[in-house]
Amino acid sequence: MSAPTPAPDNRPDPEAAAAAGPPPDPATRVENLAAPADRPASAQPAPSAQPAPSAQPVPSAQPVPPAPPAVGSRATAAPRIALQTPDGIDRLLRRRQGAVLAGVAGGVADHLKVPVIWVRAAFAVLSALAGAGLVAYALLWIFVPQNPAVTGPPTPTTARERRQAFGIAAIGLALVLIGTALGFSSAVGWVLGPLGLAAVGAAFIWREADDTRRARWRRSASGLATPGAGAWWRLGGGIALVIGGLTVFALGQFEFSAIRSALIAVLLTLVGIALITIPWWLRLVRALGDERSERIAETERAEIAAHLHDSVLQTLALIQRQSGDAREVLRLARGQERELRTWLYGPAGYAGARGAPGHTDGDTMLAAALATAAADVEDTYAVKVEPVVVGDAEVHPGLAALVAAAKEAMVNSAKHSGETELSVYAEVEGGTASVFVRDRGVGFDPNAVDADRRGLAESIRGRMDRHGGTARVRSEPGHGTEVELTMPIEQQQPPVELKKRPEKESARTADSTGADR
Amino acid sequence: MTEQDPTTPEDTETPQAKPPVRVFLVDDHAMFRSGVKAELAGLHDERIEVIGEAGSVGEAVVRIQGDQPDVVLLDVHMPDGGGRAVLDQVHDALPEVVFLALSVSDASEDVINVIRGGARGYVTKTISGRELADAVVRVAAGDAVFSPRLAGFVLDAFSEKPGTAPVSDPELDLLSPREREVLKLLARGYAYKEIASQLFISIKTVETHVSSVLRKTQKSNRYELSRWATDRRLV
Repeated sequence: MSAPTPAPDNRPDPEAAAAAGPPPDPATRVENLAAPADRPASAQPAPSAQPAPSAQPVPSAQPVPPAPPAVGSRATAAPRIALQTPDGIDRLLRRRQGAVLAGVAGGVADHLKVPVIWVRAAFAVLSALAGAGLVAYALLWIFVPQNPAVTGPPTPTTARERRQAFGIAAIGLALVLIGTALGFSSAVGWVLGPLGLAAVGAAFIWREADDTRRARWRRSASGLATPGAGAWWRLGGGIALVIGGLTVFALGQFEFSAIRSALIAVLLTLVGIALITIPWWLRLVRALGDERSERIAETERAEIAAHLHDSVLQTLALIQRQSGDAREVLRLARGQERELRTWLYGPAGYAGARGAPGHTDGDTMLAAALATAAADVEDTYAVKVEPVVVGDAEVHPGLAALVAAAKEAMVNSAKHSGETELSVYAEVEGGTASVFVRDRGVGFDPNAVDADRRGLAESIRGRMDRHGGTARVRSEPGHGTEVELTMPIEQQQPPVELKKRPEKESARTADSTGADR
Repeated sequence: MTEQDPTTPEDTETPQAKPPVRVFLVDDHAMFRSGVKAELAGLHDERIEVIGEAGSVGEAVVRIQGDQPDVVLLDVHMPDGGGRAVLDQVHDALPEVVFLALSVSDASEDVINVIRGGARGYVTKTISGRELADAVVRVAAGDAVFSPRLAGFVLDAFSEKPGTAPVSDPELDLLSPREREVLKLLARGYAYKEIASQLFISIKTVETHVSSVLRKTQKSNRYELSRWATDRRLV
């Protein structure tokens, strides 16, 4: 009860003040335990356990002169302590300047922007509840970091203020004693136990949270501190429940068995706390959702970066090294362009999920097989081949022959036309697949071809013939060459099991491998 | 146009009296803009004159309205909405300014999107300087420019597939057999002149067909077209 004797000189040096205080923990301990807890603990646990008995006077000094200080950063988890929340609210920090005891009451007052005397009084009054105020004060002392600012206007604690503070502290301690004497405290202990645990747990969660998350929580909490009109009833209801719980408890001393009433009391109290914190929880859930989408975006960015590094940057490096060889540079650039395009827009690439329906991975479809063939030709002969495909069909042996013949035609054009650009157009229409391979090169007279070209034409034609397709070559010296290939999509062989196939399309494109399946 | 006769549209012997086409470049890559300018200047093509350029949507909107060029070479992918945003803000107010989209993208969404936004044509950035100049002259003359890939997309969109929604407006939602033929030849890489001789029609007729296809592509409510146009992905 007797308030500690005033510290000899606690104006300039808060640590000295703290050390002089009655609680067993010396200043050093405080420093070590100081956690980055900020405002949440103060803003909402208010109903639960807060104020402390050993009220301690602190001048109503200016909250926190912002100055990135050297000392305070000793606090374990938070090397840097912002003095204000992103919303411009002063953070909850224990006062360094002019603390009477540990600067807790002053810090809370600064944070809540209320006269410090109110805070002290609240601590003292709460002490009557089996020392709840004491517990709260101690917890705050442990978990609230000290204001790191050493400099700033030294706002000395006036003698009058200190006297007042010690007076309040004395009253608080007296209340504790009275409560104990009346046997009140053991009962209230039932309530304080869980509440104290909850408070400590919350403080720990807070302390472990990273800065961003804490910023988000703080925003949520500020909605709690200044509730909207709609929130008042909820806040009031919650507080009523808490008080109700305590009341039931008190009455229970006389009417119920101690344990049952304690349970009811705790239950009601917890429900009340839950009600009060509903908006906070809601916002927490939303914040988690935001965080998840942020993480997804981050993953995506990383994937893109990795891909660009493995492909584009490597190719650019290669190009720089080969810059003397125009053909090679063209080939590299073209190959890289194609690869990147496939990745960006292709069905199996980056945008795969949004790719056109009906396109599947691999070369089981005509369009994909043609694209692969064209890519091979591009890479081998350093020409530009851009296939345009309208419609698509599943590849069967006939269509595979069509693709092979088309590739042969592309190779032919690439080798003999003298052009660096080929047009390839394929369409699937009316049960027939057609491919046109065209160049604007030198051309030739089909009636007077040399053996070499004739042979190639034969290999194209022979391949098509064997699978029931046709090949036509149009060329004229000086006017380029066009090879037209057609192949029926329906297979001649009508195996019985094909009838089972529900899809018309797949039935038409069934092939020998279909029979194997 | 001066060349309706079988002479090629690429013919550089344009009457000297004709003033050059005033071209404006819109692309957020300064390097690409200067490359195009240098390439067009290197052709010494009297049909074309680059009069200005812009590197952002906002700048483009302001300067196009100030300069009133004949043809705008429009990049599809830019911050703040891309080429489509420029089209949306300028095209209605200045219908006489013609837009030719120029992009690295081959995605059907991008191609169809700018076409439906009012562009008269679409070419990819790998096009040669000579071809680009021809394309500019052609759109300036009121024609459409279809790259083989754009022709393929349009053919695909207008094709009759099982399960396609019934056609509500045959005038807009169907291609005539002739238009289809012309498109297929475009997709096969034929120039207008080659198409004309292949189909035994005049170049003028080919141009008419292509313009008609362009109009249908812009106005039709076919599911594919509207889906491509809304399903837009900005890179």
